[in-house]
Parts: sequence; C-alpha cells; structure tokens
Amino acid sequence: MSLTGLFLVSFLLVHLSGNFLLYRSDNGDAFNLYSHFMSTNGVIRVLEIGLLAGFLIHIFTAYILTQRNKAARPIQYAVSASNAKVTWFSRNMGLSGSIVLVFLIIHLINFYFPFHYGYDTYVDIEGTSYKDMYTLVATVFKNEWWYSILYILAMVLLSFHLQHGFASAFQTLGLEHKKYTPIIKGLGTLISVLVPLGFATMPVYFLFFN
Amino acid sequence: MNTMNLTLKIWRQPNAKAKGEMKSYKISGINDHMSFLEMLDVLNEDLQKKNEDPVVFDHDCREGICGSCSLVINGRPHGPQQTTTCQLHMRSFKDGDTIYIEPWRAKAFPVIKDLMVDRSAFDRIQHSGGYVSVNTGSAQDANNLPIGKEIADEAFNSATCIGCGACVAACKNASAMLFVSAKISQLAMLPQGQAERKKRAESMVAQMDAEGFGACTNTGACSAECPKEISMANIAMMNREYLGAKLTSEAV
Amino acid sequence: MILDSKIPAGPLAEKWEKHKFNLKLVNPANKRKYDVIVVGSGLAGASAAASLAELGYNVKVFTYHDSPRRAHSIAAQGGINAAKNYQNDGDSIHRLFYDTIKGGDYRAREGNVYRLAQVSVDIIDQCVAQGVPFAREYGGLLSNRSFGGAQVSRTFYARGQTGQQLLLGAYSAMNRQIAAGKVKLYTRCEMLDLVVADGKAKGIITRNLITGAIESHAGHAVLLCTGGYGNVYYLSTNAMMCNVTATWRAHKRGALFGNPSFTQIHPTCIPVSGDYQSKLTLMSESLRNDGRVWVPMKAGDNRLPTDIPEEERDYFLERKYPSFGNLVPRDVASRNAKYVCDEGRGVGNTKLAVYLDFADAIKRDTEAVVKAKYGNLFDMYQQITGENPYKTPMRIYPAVHYTMGGLWVDYNLMTTVPGCYALGEANFSDHGANRLGASALMQGLADGYFVIPYTLGDYLASTGAGKLSTDTPEFKEALDGVQKRIAKLLTMKGEKTVDELHRKLGLTIWDYCGMSRTEEGLKKAKAIVADIKKEFETNVKVLGGNEEMNQSLEKALRLADFIELGALMIQDALDRNESCGGHFREEYQTPEGEALRDDDNFAYVSAYEYTGDNQAPVLHKEVLQFENVKLTQRSYK
Repeated sequence: MSLTGLFLVSFLLVHLSGNFLLYRSDNGDAFNLYSHFMSTNGVIRVLEIGLLAGFLIHIFTAYILTQRNKAARPIQYAVSASNAKVTWFSRNMGLSGSIVLVFLIIHLINFYFPFHYGYDTYVDIEGTSYKDMYTLVATVFKNEWWYSILYILAMVLLSFHLQHGFASAFQTLGLEHKKYTPIIKGLGTLISVLVPLGFATMPVYFLFFN
Repeated sequence: MNTMNLTLKIWRQPNAKAKGEMKSYKISGINDHMSFLEMLDVLNEDLQKKNEDPVVFDHDCREGICGSCSLVINGRPHGPQQTTTCQLHMRSFKDGDTIYIEPWRAKAFPVIKDLMVDRSAFDRIQHSGGYVSVNTGSAQDANNLPIGKEIADEAFNSATCIGCGACVAACKNASAMLFVSAKISQLAMLPQGQAERKKRAESMVAQMDAEGFGACTNTGACSAECPKEISMANIAMMNREYLGAKLTSEAV
Repeated sequence: MILDSKIPAGPLAEKWEKHKFNLKLVNPANKRKYDVIVVGSGLAGASAAASLAELGYNVKVFTYHDSPRRAHSIAAQGGINAAKNYQNDGDSIHRLFYDTIKGGDYRAREGNVYRLAQVSVDIIDQCVAQGVPFAREYGGLLSNRSFGGAQVSRTFYARGQTGQQLLLGAYSAMNRQIAAGKVKLYTRCEMLDLVVADGKAKGIITRNLITGAIESHAGHAVLLCTGGYGNVYYLSTNAMMCNVTATWRAHKRGALFGNPSFTQIHPTCIPVSGDYQSKLTLMSESLRNDGRVWVPMKAGDNRLPTDIPEEERDYFLERKYPSFGNLVPRDVASRNAKYVCDEGRGVGNTKLAVYLDFADAIKRDTEAVVKAKYGNLFDMYQQITGENPYKTPMRIYPAVHYTMGGLWVDYNLMTTVPGCYALGEANFSDHGANRLGASALMQGLADGYFVIPYTLGDYLASTGAGKLSTDTPEFKEALDGVQKRIAKLLTMKGEKTVDELHRKLGLTIWDYCGMSRTEEGLKKAKAIVADIKKEFETNVKVLGGNEEMNQSLEKALRLADFIELGALMIQDALDRNESCGGHFREEYQTPEGEALRDDDNFAYVSAYEYTGDNQAPVLHKEVLQFENVKLTQRSYK
C-alpha cells in the first residue's frame, strides 16, 4: 500500500503540473501539445501501464487488507467512541479511497477515453493538427456543472486520503525518526492541501472565470 | 464525597460457545472515590444477594501493572482516561450516567465468559521469539556492557508494555502491532538483542499473523489508548526490522 | 521430628561453594528422564522453570493467571539489591549479609542469608544479559539508589517498575524453553492439592479455571513458587488472587509452616478511603529517599498541610532516628506511623495517615528532577486520590505487603515433605522477622536461578527417575478430596458471600495480629476466627457450578485455607513471647517503644506441624546459630 501510494502521489504531482498548462493564455496550445505528447510518447505509454498497475495493486491490496481487518473483529462493539487523538480520515481511508475511485472512473470516462477513442475535434498549432483536449476540458467543466461539483468533492476526499496516506506510507516503511518524521508529516499536510486544491481550481476557473 | 446512581449495560455471555447479549443493571450509592472495579464489586455483591450470577471479568493487581483488567467502557478500552481500568475512578463519571461495558473484541481474543477474554495469542507471539537466548549462569559482569542512557531509556519505554491488549481492542482492525513491536523494538535497540534480531522480527510477525490479528493502518488509536503510552515509533521500528530481515535474512 | 536445616559446616563464605561441590549431580543425558512441576510463574517460578529446562529437565509450569507475566512479582516497584559495590561506597557481600540479618531482627539463618548475598551479584549479570532495561548513567553503566535499612546505594532499578522488568526477563527465558518444548505451560490452572506417596511429593491436583476440570499431574519433584499470604488480611498490597492454597495444602500434607506470624507492614501505602476498598496500593519506599514524613505537633490539627508552619510539624522519624531518618526499616517506619495516629495526630479524613512531603526536595532539586525520579509514582497517587502530590504532601499509611513466614525449608529449599520445594516468598527462609526493601526480588531470583538448579539435582539423583503414574490410590484420594471440597461449597447455599466473610477475617487479623499484637487481643482473635470458620463451613454462598468459569468458587476455595492459616498465625503470635521485626508484642518493648527481643528463649524458627482439622498444631523449633554476627538491639538512631 505504502509503495504504490507514494508512487501514485508522484503521479498526482506530474499530472497536476501538466494540468497547470491550462492556465497559459495561449488558447490551450501548450496544454494540447502536452496532451499529445503524453498520449503518443512510447515511454509515457509504458509508464501508463505502470500507473494502471499501481492503481490496481493499490486497490487490490486495500481490498485484501480490508477483508483481513474486518475478519479480525467478527463482533463489533455495541458502542464505539473514538479517541480524540485519532483523526477521522485515518479511520476512513477505505471510504475516501472508494469515493476517489468512483471519481477516477468518471474522470476517465469524461476525458481519457474520449480523447483516445472517438473524440475528433482538432486544432491547428504551428501547422500541425492536434486533438483539442483543451476545448474538451473547458466544455466538460463549463457545461456539465454537476461534474465540476463532483470533481471538487472528490478533491476534498483526496485531500483526506493524502492527509493520512502520505505520512502513513513512511511509517509503514519504517522511516521514522524524531527529526524527520515531523518534516514528513508537514510535507504530507502540505501535499494533501495543495495538490487537491490545485486540481480543484480548474473546474472553478472554467465555471466562473473563463 | 458524591454518591451516584448509574445504569450499567454489560455484556453477558455464559461461555465461549454461547451467544451473548447486553444486559441492563441499575446500581445506586456509588461513591466517587471508588475505582471502577470496586463499583463492579458492589454490583457483584448485589447480584449474589439476589442469587444472580456475578459478572466475570479479569483483574488482579489493581494497581495498573499486571495487565489483567480489560474492559471497553463506553466504547473505549479502559474507559475515558488513558490508564488501566483498575486505575479508573468513579470521579470520571457523574450521577445518572449510563455506562456500556464490553469485553475486548477481536477474533484472536475469544470471549471466555462475560467480560473475560482469552489473550493467550499474546503469549504465543512471545514464545516465538520475544527473548534473548542466554542460559542462566553464562552472563558476563553487568557493567562490561555499557549502554547509553538514551538507548537504555528508549528500550525501557518499549518494555513498559503490560500486555493488556488495549491496543488490539482500540484498533479498528484489531491489530496487535503495537504489542508485538514493543518487544521487537526493545530487543532491537539493545546490544543484547542483536544476535537474534532478524529471526526474532520474522518469527514474531509470522506468529502475529497466524493468530488472526488485523493489519496496521497507522490510525494511532492503539498508542492513544495504551495505558503505558507505548509510542507508534515502535511500529515503525518493527516495520523496519521486519523489512530489513525479510530482505537480508538467510531464512528462505 | 528433628528439623535439619542442612547448613553446611565451615566458614560462612565457603559454605555454598563447598555445598555445591558435595551435591549429587544428574548426568546431562538423564535429566530428560525427570519431570519437574513448578507451581507459580512469578520471579521464583519463572526463573526456576527456565533454568531447570535449560539444564534438560522436563518442566510443567502451572499458573492461575491467563499469562505467566501477570504474577504479582510484576508489581514490585523499587528495585533489587545486589552487593556489586559499583558505587564504591563500601558495599560488600558481607555488608549485604549483615544488613539483611540485622534488618530481619536476627531471626534468619546466617548460612542462607550469606548465600543470598553471594548470588545477588550474579542475578544482576543474568538480568542484564536477558535485556532487562535497568536504569543507567550517561556513561552507560548501571545506576543505583539507596533503600531503607542500608547506608549504601546497592539497589538496581528500572524506573518504578523493577518487578515487571525482572519478571519479563524471567518470563522471556521461560518462553524460550516453551518454544524449545522443554517447558509445558498450563494457564488458568490452579493447584488445589499436593499428592504425597511413600512420604515423597509425587504430583499435584489442579482445577482448570475455565472448564472446571479437576486433573492430576505427576512429577518427580514439586516446586511451590506461589508467593505470600498477605491476602489473609483481605486488604493488602497483594494482587486480588494471591492466596495461600498451594502452600497450605502442602502444609496439610506434611510440610511444616515456618514463622506464620511474621508479616511485613509497608509504611508507604495510599490510605484506605472507604468500606468498599478492595485492595491497597503501595508506593515504592524509594520515595522515602526524598520525601519527609511528618504529622502536626498537635492532635486534632485540621489545617491544610500547606498552612501548618514548619515549627508546628513533627518530622517524627528524623527526630527519633537521626542517623537513618526517613530511611529506617519498614517495620520501624510503620510502627511509628501507627503511634502518631494513635495519639490523634493522624491526617486526612480518616485520621489514619501521615504526610510524605516532597516540598523540600522540589525546592532543592527542582520539580523536573523529582519528576524524573518518581514521576510515575506521583501520577499513580494522583490517579487514585485525585490530589496533586507536587502541590500538597502525599498521605500515606502502612499496609500489609509481604509475608516473611512460609513453608519451612532447609538449605536446599526442600520442605519437610521430600521432593516438595518452596521458593521465593512462599518459603520462610531469608528475611527473618522483617524484610529489607528490594530484597524480595533478590530472593525470588536467587532461589530460582542460582539455588534450585543445584539443589534439586541432589534429590533427583538420589531418588531415581522412577516411572510416573497418576493412577495410584494417593492421586485418587487427593482428587476425590478436591471434588468433595468443591461439591460442599456449591451445595451449601448459605447467606454470606465469600467477600463478606473474607473482609471479616481480614479485619480481625489486621486488628489483632497486624502492626502490634497483645496476648489479650490474640486470644480474642482466636475465638473470632473460630467463629468465622464455623460460619464459612455452614453458611457461605457460592453460586454457579464447577464446570464453568466461577470466580466465587475460586475465592471460596482460597478463603477456606486463609481461615485456617489465620488461626495458625494467631497461634504463632501468641507462642512468641517477644517482639522482633514485624512481630511486635506490646508486652515486650524497650522504654523507647522499640521491639524487645528475647534471644535466650526465642532465637529459633517456629515451624508448625499440621495434626488434623481443629487439632492444635505442634510447634517444632529450629534453633538459630549465630557464629558470625553479634546479636544486638537493633538501633537506627
């Protein structure tokens, strides 16, 4: 879980930095070039398989872990009260993860699959024709407002997921130290706030400012 | 001194095979200086006077060190304070309260009767490697082995575990990682534990898994409820020991 | 019967070495032919089981706990003595020996005590090798502190839980042997009788506390490591399940009981707060290193302690004992607390308490330093009383803590039933009439690690590895007896709960056979205990059945034996017309109120023989020989 989790965090960072190209005032040229590169470059395509594997392993191990952990307590408490020191998101990783997964599937249906199969709006950049991913993104966010809301909601849950997940991964790998653990925890909080926030600005931008 | 009247909802289960249920009891005249277990003593005397079966629960030293007592009180192991049940006093409650009392819940801790559970899984984990192999009589002079105060203190902190099982009871996954890691860490930190370090980590973790405990998801509930405040750092250390051992040991 | 202590002849310092050489050995290949039963898994039991299994014997360990780690040794706080002289402050084996003999008010055997001091140094080495995390100095070497009754720092400690750390060490050594298949562990299994055949211990009868199954177990030797009997007082610092049944049953099968009235009252316990009280909590006597004991000068002074000015306080221990001050031995400290309370100068609601004040220590060393030393004890005090001891003095009062008496054993730790041994607090041997602080852990581990592994072989080698069987008339008779005892309790259907009767017994023994005793009081107590016995035998209420977890039944079986023991304690206290250590007869005291021994007539061990139910026990005397110390009036002034 920890290794795939950290790998997926690295994906989020790359994905986010690429998506920031949406904000270039060039009618989406840079973003479209980036989309083209990502979808045609051989190395990236191989990495994409790795990414898919990362997701699948992360989800599969989460499923196995949850089953095992549920079996470890066949009878539940009549009353359960959690200690104030234990965060809600650390106890509900399955929930936040599942919602993020549902979002991810919708996200793929909205962007990934159309882009690769069927979407045929092209744009001309410096004499070459590229699929117009920028327009697709702008249209979805603008016209399908429910999707934007789901997107933002999913980012909130992703934030919860990362808030616990990032530092937890280091704990699981045994990387604990008086000096460095607070830094890791701080970094985790930073990532868990900034990354989802970064993504969430996109629907907001297209809904209200574009 | 305040006296109070309480409603107790207690798990009653005649034996391991029987189906249990929560039963309600009224109790009055409880003094706030009483310990929680003394309150249960009063209930049991009342029950016996009425020819009803007294409530069975584990307890012994009543000074917070033997690790026998094991009640989940209002949803929290050892109750609202971070201490053992025997050290919990009735001043933590108020007149008219309803108190839910349940046994530790875990597949690896089957109920024996009422609030008493079988924690022998903990012992079996210790049998699998929680020791330094040194025969009586073969030790060198104690001061021939200087150990820095910081390390000695850290090892001591890990060694303060009383084996009560509150970590398992508190964990949403019924994981025993805090308990197991406390022993592994204690011996991994000390020079005496080095020779068997890898083998110990591997076999204790294997036994822990075989007992049917859940896996750690780092919520920190174990440490937050541990009456001896054993730190989560022990779990990280155990993970490190275990991964290191798995990658480098000769055991195939 | 002539009691032979089997103390070897020769100079004190050579006795043990010589004796070890003269003991018979069992060939390594033959050791696996012997089965040894160990009852109890505390320091003595676990260390003996581990050490014997390492030698190759087959060991069966029985405990009524769910885990051996819960034995009450775990609750010892302060530390363990050893004559290491790491502090260069003049300690030596001879000094530890001398302090222990003197602290015991000259009622212990020289030979045993000297051996204890000798092996004390090996215990520390052994424990450190097991990974016991003793307190250390910054340089990495072991730290020591001082304790009552000694003027050197020889106590090794692990913050406030030395007992737990030492027990976990012994437990881990035993676990290793369990993993190796040499120790078989029986948990939640209580010994209810000793089986004796041809005059030798052959096994035990146990009850499985979960299923109620009564079972026979045979062994070539039986080691009783079952602790003390302080719970005869109902309220004591012992754990709730501590009991005398194993040793009492051995007594009824022929083992003499030594010095039953020698009980220790510990001075620094948290006072009783009400009738519902189920047990008393001790705070390590190490607190007396920095805490000052006082009461108001005037009787009936109800001011807050912080409002009482310095000149109106009586630091009575410092006043009466200027050289030892607050660090006088336990019996002296306890008795003096009782005196000031008897004078009406006690403090708190019940007026049965004295102050233990850390204000000066905090002023001198800062709160942080005091916290580092005693933090957990202060927390515990606050947890129980709801008061903050950093701000207001602790209230303390003496409570029953340890029993020096126990089964009579010879130098080999064998009782008068051949093949039946008693180790640790269960025997009477090393502490005389008063035990010094931090010596119980030392004795338990000395017996288990370093004495029994040698002496047991001598017996086994001479008896041979005969075939064991539980299918004999002796086993059947013992098993039937246990079943009858249980059936009688379950069918009685009386009115009084076990706890009610136990409280009554406890209060009687505390009032008349506790901190101070009189002939008149003891005689009165004898009659009350006889009544309690009658009431127990006709009117006790034990609900439920045998074939289930039945805690009332467990308690009833234990109380039956406590009542009989109580009667014997009273008998012993009456027989001993002198004061010594923890046994203080008001008729025998010095003009200053100290215990007045009568060495001409009472320098002996009282060992009682059981002669039958409701029959007077027969007293046998083992006269103590003092060749190396001069008997003096104990003085801590």
